[in-house]
Amino acid sequence: MASLRGLVPDPTATPGVLQISLWRRLKDYLATAFAISTVVIVLAPLVAIFGYLVYRGIGSLNLAFLTQIPKPPGELGGGMANAIAGSALILAIASLIGVPLGIGAGIYLAEYGQNRFGDSVRFVSDVLNGVPSIVIGIVAYAIVVLRQKHFSALAGGVALAIMMVPTITRTTEEMLLLVPNVLREAAYGLGVSRWRTTLSIVLRTATSGIITGVMLAFARVAGETAPLLFTAFGNQYWNWKLDQPTAALPLQIFTYAISPYDDWHRQAWAGALVLIVLIVSAVAAVRYAVRRGTLGGVA
Amino acid sequence: MANQALPQPRLKGPQPVVKQEVKKRLNPLVKSSDGVLADRVFGWIIFGCALVVLAILALIVWQLVSRSQASWHAFGWKFFGGQDWDPVNDQYGALPFIYGTLVSSILALVIAVPLSVGVAVFTTEMCPKWLRGPLSFTTELLAAIPSVIYGLWAIFVLVPILRNYVQPFLAKTLGWTGLFSGPPYGIGMLAAGIILAIMVIPIISSIAREVLTVVPQHQREAALALGATRWEMIRIAVLRNARAGIVGGVILGLGRALGETMAVTMVIGNRPEIAKSLFAPGYTMASVLANEFSEAAGDLYLSALIEIGLALFLVTIIVNALARFMVWSVTRGQPARARA
Amino acid sequence: MGVGIQVEHVNAWYGKSQALHDINLKIEANHATALIGPSGCGKSTFIRCLNRMHETTPDARVEGKVRIGDLDAYNGTSPTQLRRRIGMVFQKPNPFPTMSIYDNVAAGLKLNGYRDRKHLDEIVEGSLKSSALWDEVKDNIHKKSGASLSGGQQQRLCIARALAVAPEVLLMDEPCSALDPISTGKIEELIFELKAQYTIVIVTHNMQQAARVAEYTGFFLLGRMIEYDKTEKIFTNPSDKRTEDYITGRFG
Repeated sequence: MASLRGLVPDPTATPGVLQISLWRRLKDYLATAFAISTVVIVLAPLVAIFGYLVYRGIGSLNLAFLTQIPKPPGELGGGMANAIAGSALILAIASLIGVPLGIGAGIYLAEYGQNRFGDSVRFVSDVLNGVPSIVIGIVAYAIVVLRQKHFSALAGGVALAIMMVPTITRTTEEMLLLVPNVLREAAYGLGVSRWRTTLSIVLRTATSGIITGVMLAFARVAGETAPLLFTAFGNQYWNWKLDQPTAALPLQIFTYAISPYDDWHRQAWAGALVLIVLIVSAVAAVRYAVRRGTLGGVA
Repeated sequence: MANQALPQPRLKGPQPVVKQEVKKRLNPLVKSSDGVLADRVFGWIIFGCALVVLAILALIVWQLVSRSQASWHAFGWKFFGGQDWDPVNDQYGALPFIYGTLVSSILALVIAVPLSVGVAVFTTEMCPKWLRGPLSFTTELLAAIPSVIYGLWAIFVLVPILRNYVQPFLAKTLGWTGLFSGPPYGIGMLAAGIILAIMVIPIISSIAREVLTVVPQHQREAALALGATRWEMIRIAVLRNARAGIVGGVILGLGRALGETMAVTMVIGNRPEIAKSLFAPGYTMASVLANEFSEAAGDLYLSALIEIGLALFLVTIIVNALARFMVWSVTRGQPARARA
Repeated sequence: MGVGIQVEHVNAWYGKSQALHDINLKIEANHATALIGPSGCGKSTFIRCLNRMHETTPDARVEGKVRIGDLDAYNGTSPTQLRRRIGMVFQKPNPFPTMSIYDNVAAGLKLNGYRDRKHLDEIVEGSLKSSALWDEVKDNIHKKSGASLSGGQQQRLCIARALAVAPEVLLMDEPCSALDPISTGKIEELIFELKAQYTIVIVTHNMQQAARVAEYTGFFLLGRMIEYDKTEKIFTNPSDKRTEDYITGRFG
């Protein structure tokens, strides 16, 4: 414990009244003022960023932006439609790979994994969460791009899938563990086999929580740029093929932002606005659905 | 005593009929598969998924190690001490990147830690109840903003402010330290440090908040009962108890800062030089990967870059493991999870 | 129709500690048998050995012979098959929360691959009537979720769910301990009616309940079965002093 000297009442003061010296009161006010000012300082960039996104982005956000592909550098106009579509393609690939794997691993940890192997999977999952996304991009480059000899949407999807798996695994495990054991017992008591119980009873009960976890992982990788830099690589045109370089919204924003063209800067803001709106609405929708319990499940 | 007091059993009419029918139809059910094979197959599939998680880590380690062998054989430990990054002549030294990563991250922490702890203390100890929800929601929102958008804002808003106001001011007042000298480009180590700080504040403050909340209420009451002011109570009863956890949160923030790529790349200037001044441009490990990887021609070049990737990987793993251990020791097993 | 249960030299363990010591018992078909005893004496463990639920606990082990009718529970069949012929009702009502009342009752059939929709309706109605719940929920069986009923109704729903698969034996592990007296009374009436068609084994720590409902009673103490006889005899003239002490409330 710190020194209590300042807290012990001054015996020479008015009897029965505890003296809190002016200095101590001043420190209290200063501390409170400091705390409040930190909140203001921290929130300021948030307000500034959102404000600027709207201010700089809304003007450039028009139908052309959402439906056209980029014009050659130097020419005015064009849009990011291909980047939005490309992001959708890459995210679809990532989800198709990452979501089943993550949920499966989560089921293992919750239903079968109270052992050393399960503990190692949990540990590795947490470790993977902390790996920088650019390193994961390198790995995806090594196993997909080098094999196929070109950049591709598939490579980008694999990179993002690797990022989704640890998050989905842990949240799925958490949600499944919340399902009361008595439900499993009830199912076993009816003679339902273990796999059926796990899928139809346990997984079904935890559905809303699991969807939350999946959406959060999705929102997180939707904004990732680094792992796409040398996997999907980007593309000035439409692309729906899995094995060709593909544009992606965060990538396009990056390319435009560091370019020397004012028009592209303008479009970068618009793209950023679209991206943030999509992410925030995904997160907000999940919070709303969970709070309202519209997805049912364990109270 | 036993059954005398109860009325005669009342048999309901339709019951036996239904029972008979059920009995007949249930025979197929009783003979139907008991799922032993399906259980086994399901178990193997699920086990396979869990195995994939381990395989992913193994894959990462294998690829990074094997593909950086060329560079390792060529330069050995000197790779990490060399200052020359010269792709043209195939000479690679990674020191400027290590320096840039460390300085930008430490600068970010210096700025972020007091702010994060302040926000956490305010939210848990001083905040009126109605403000708590919106406040934590907005801090979580900060964590959800993608790195590239931070970078975009940094280039067009933060950098001009630094160039036109902050840097001249710092040069005038603190230029004698040598940390704030040289032309005020705006872009450079200082900008990188500031934007990194903004990005790690949500992480540190959310862990700090978790750790502060875990401090038992009776500790606070004990201090208050002795006549402490609110600040004294916080300092003595709360912060002291939560110290290990907060340090853990700080280290977790460090881990995030070390690996942060896009926002830093956009404002750090991308020059592989070591300079004392924070105004000077620099380069981080993640940034050089972002900028040069897709154009790296030549096996040694690529191998050198991958070796940097390996170093980054190892450093962040160690830092994150340390952080999680410290947070765990305070909150007892709830793993630190930075919300999306 | 119910079947008799023959239990020979059954021992059970949780990890290293032994919970049941050499239990021998013959449970009569179409009667209700109550198992009484102080907390922790093994009666729940025993009942869970009858339908092989005990082995779902990690590190749990059973030795000995259990015959359900003509079926050897541990050697002749898989646990899943066995449990389809034995119904179980648990201490705390546990309807499946994401399913409607109808789906809850039909769960034992649907989840085991039974697809005949027409007869499912009849079976669900019959089971709900058997558990005296039909009149209270008949307008809502598809709309209301299983979890939205009161405690007593939920337990009757669980009974209906267990009855829907037409088991021969019904095991009840303290089915009324979480319920209010009125619901308890309703369920005791139910048990009394059901024993005409099923063999019922009920674990209870309420001696009056055993006296009200069962023809046979077994007294368990510290993992051993001390005495097993007609309920009348147990409560009026027990052979073992320990039984007498428990009945008269000297401990428990």
